[in-house]
Amino acid sequence: MSSERDTAFVDLRAITKRYAGVTALDSVDFTVQPGEAVCLAGENGSGKSTLIKIISGVEPATEGTIRIAGQERRTLNPRISAAAGVMVIFQDFSLFPNLSVAENIAFATQLSTHERFYKAHATKEIARKALERIGVEIDLDTRVESLPVAQKQLVAICRALASQAQLIIMDEPTTALTEKEVRRLQGIIRMLKEEGVAVIFVSHKLAEVLEVSEKVVVLRNGKKVAEGPASEFDTKSLTYHMTGRDVPEVPPSDIMPGAETLLQVRGLSKAGAFEDIDFDLKTGEVLGITGLLGSGRTSVAKALFGLVSPDAGSISIDGKTIPTGDPQAASEARIGYVPEDRLTEGLFLNQSIVRNVAVGRLDAHANGGWLNMSALVDEAAEWLKRLKVKAPDIEAPVQSLSGGNQQRVALARWLSRAPRVLILNGPSVGVDVGSKADIHDIVRDLASKGIGVIVISDDLPELLATCHRILVMRDGRIIDALDGKTVSEDDLAHRLAS
Amino acid sequence: MAAHAPTKSTFASPEFRLLVIAVFVFALMAVLSPDRFLSSQNLISMAFQFPEFAILALAMTIAMMTGGIDLSVVGIANLSAVAAAMILTTYADPAMPASQSVLWLAIAIAVAIAIGAMAGLVNGSLVAFFGLPPILATLGSGLVFTGFAIAMTGGSAVMGFPDTVAVIGNAKLLGIPVPLVIFALLAVLLHLILTRTAFGLRVTMYGANPLAALYAAIDINRMLLKVYVIAGMFASVAGLIIMSRANSAKADYGSSYLLLAVLIAVLGGVNPYGGYGRVIGVVLAVLSMQFLSSGLNMLQVSNFARELIWGALLILVMVINTNAVTALRASLKPSK
Repeated sequence: MSSERDTAFVDLRAITKRYAGVTALDSVDFTVQPGEAVCLAGENGSGKSTLIKIISGVEPATEGTIRIAGQERRTLNPRISAAAGVMVIFQDFSLFPNLSVAENIAFATQLSTHERFYKAHATKEIARKALERIGVEIDLDTRVESLPVAQKQLVAICRALASQAQLIIMDEPTTALTEKEVRRLQGIIRMLKEEGVAVIFVSHKLAEVLEVSEKVVVLRNGKKVAEGPASEFDTKSLTYHMTGRDVPEVPPSDIMPGAETLLQVRGLSKAGAFEDIDFDLKTGEVLGITGLLGSGRTSVAKALFGLVSPDAGSISIDGKTIPTGDPQAASEARIGYVPEDRLTEGLFLNQSIVRNVAVGRLDAHANGGWLNMSALVDEAAEWLKRLKVKAPDIEAPVQSLSGGNQQRVALARWLSRAPRVLILNGPSVGVDVGSKADIHDIVRDLASKGIGVIVISDDLPELLATCHRILVMRDGRIIDALDGKTVSEDDLAHRLAS
Repeated sequence: MAAHAPTKSTFASPEFRLLVIAVFVFALMAVLSPDRFLSSQNLISMAFQFPEFAILALAMTIAMMTGGIDLSVVGIANLSAVAAAMILTTYADPAMPASQSVLWLAIAIAVAIAIGAMAGLVNGSLVAFFGLPPILATLGSGLVFTGFAIAMTGGSAVMGFPDTVAVIGNAKLLGIPVPLVIFALLAVLLHLILTRTAFGLRVTMYGANPLAALYAAIDINRMLLKVYVIAGMFASVAGLIIMSRANSAKADYGSSYLLLAVLIAVLGGVNPYGGYGRVIGVVLAVLSMQFLSSGLNMLQVSNFARELIWGALLILVMVINTNAVTALRASLKPSK
């Protein structure tokens, strides 16, 4: 045991991290050997991002000791951590879209050499070497913004390698990749491991990376609940450890007989985003739209709510065409949209909980512009109660709530408007397991009341637990329409990424 | 603990801090120069002085609530005043009986406020439809408005009004200076708009998070237009008061008021990034600034030094606010 620790590249012991009374990590031990690939698994909120932040020096640990590259690190910040060879590749890759491939790869290296002048030749040399190392060819002069997602990821990997990475931490590396691209990534990972570079995969979808990993560590509610050789885990056992139970979600009940067509989408197209989107939604139906990152699923959702102006096509409710590209018109037609990113798009973080709901009903309680404040607040409070938002004080800023409660606040705003069509983009992203099941309950309940619900998600169990039908998108097109009751998770996963 | 919470937050609010500052500055000036500062003459003269820039500060406040700013307020004030002055000097003879000149005054006021509204519409369109940053849009439009005023007057002052014009700036209503009455009415109106109307709540929410406002299906363009129109109309009222008190209108009056209006709004606790601001805070900031300004005057501090003090104060207040924000953030985060 001790010898294992002596050789470890990263060795964390009894790491505890508390934020304002919330224990994000509770006495977690974690080691990574040189050349080892580790899967760090856990639901959102399990503490896996906190652990990564501690290793990369973004957040200090409250308690515990950190050793990186054989040295105990009492003070750690991102620079020290990077100098020791820890490189994090975030899901958005943190590249400079307006710079060339070569400049992006060489950027960090050049900073660390304290070179005062930019040398085009040296830049390309650094980039070429890094690309050669992983055996990939990308034009060095191409601007990064014009690259497909998979190649951006390769650029990010090269940037890490160029900075002498000893450990590369990859956050959700496969979310945006097709099966073929995943296989290429696996090949690169194997090669890096042979060179002694360690890798940590952070993910809640691990099937693809399990086969190139030696070790799996599962976190739940800030505690390490499982650790072992990757060969001892499969998707099912991982899910069990991550959630702490075999999530027996109730499948959606049948659509009411005699349900009428509520929403009709015909030939909706937008250059570069989506093409020829056709579908119907019945009253009381839950329709899933899925696809990899960049498949166009979010653009379609935004177009339905008027946030994206389509070039062609029509959207109608009850046979009445509504103007496209106009959120007010969509909202008046009683389409609701709960966005993907609660923190930047969905909520007014520093405003009170009650205001975040009430903002949806200002017109209903305005008399010639003047608000009936008590009616407005009472109604919002009533919705908060109905959705079981746990808040000690509804006048407190909404940012004081947990992810699950925040999502309920976002839902409450739209539900108070009595929507006919409700679009939920990533309804349980960043929400704990318990709240997730509750949100699924809410979705099924809404459908049973005759609301047409569209769930945009890449969380396959979530889709299977809530949707009557599932549309699969790729490259901006709908490539499959599946029956939510009969399709299996594996089948869905295959269609998604093939 | 819970029982103490409300009192604590009352005392910790920026408005309470401002009350303390206003009282402190008043007391300081009263001690430094008791016979002059506390004289009824000085108190009345202060009440005539501050409404013009205080109303500009109200205009600034509503723009800042959206995370924007209106640097054209002084330009709008002067353009409106020049237009009103030209109507008055052209059509209302100083010898005209009051009953007739009042009619021309009313027309001049209406035109001035309409010009303020149109100027605001221009600003709002630049910000809403063209997406220009408010600071640049209004910096540019302010120069254009001033340019118009110069073109209309050739750069010289327009004067020679009938006596009725003086009512706006120099008369008293039930013993209260008319400019102060106008300011009080506008302050109450803005307070009600911001706190009691759907529009006001939208302004606050948009200021707090413009993207979330878009996703909440708020008609952002319409709201922004209204914001800058209101700011423009307030600015033209300030312009009319300046015109009346100076008994003339000129393209470059009140140029020092722009910085002062920004300073007052920021000092008054309005968040320059948007989403927070209370009229009561702005009113208290106005009083503090007026006490300070009169006091400095009595202590014979030069005008140039005063500008320096305003600038330094603006930076200081903003720095204090950021530190306060970081401290607040820090107190929210770790439990050690």
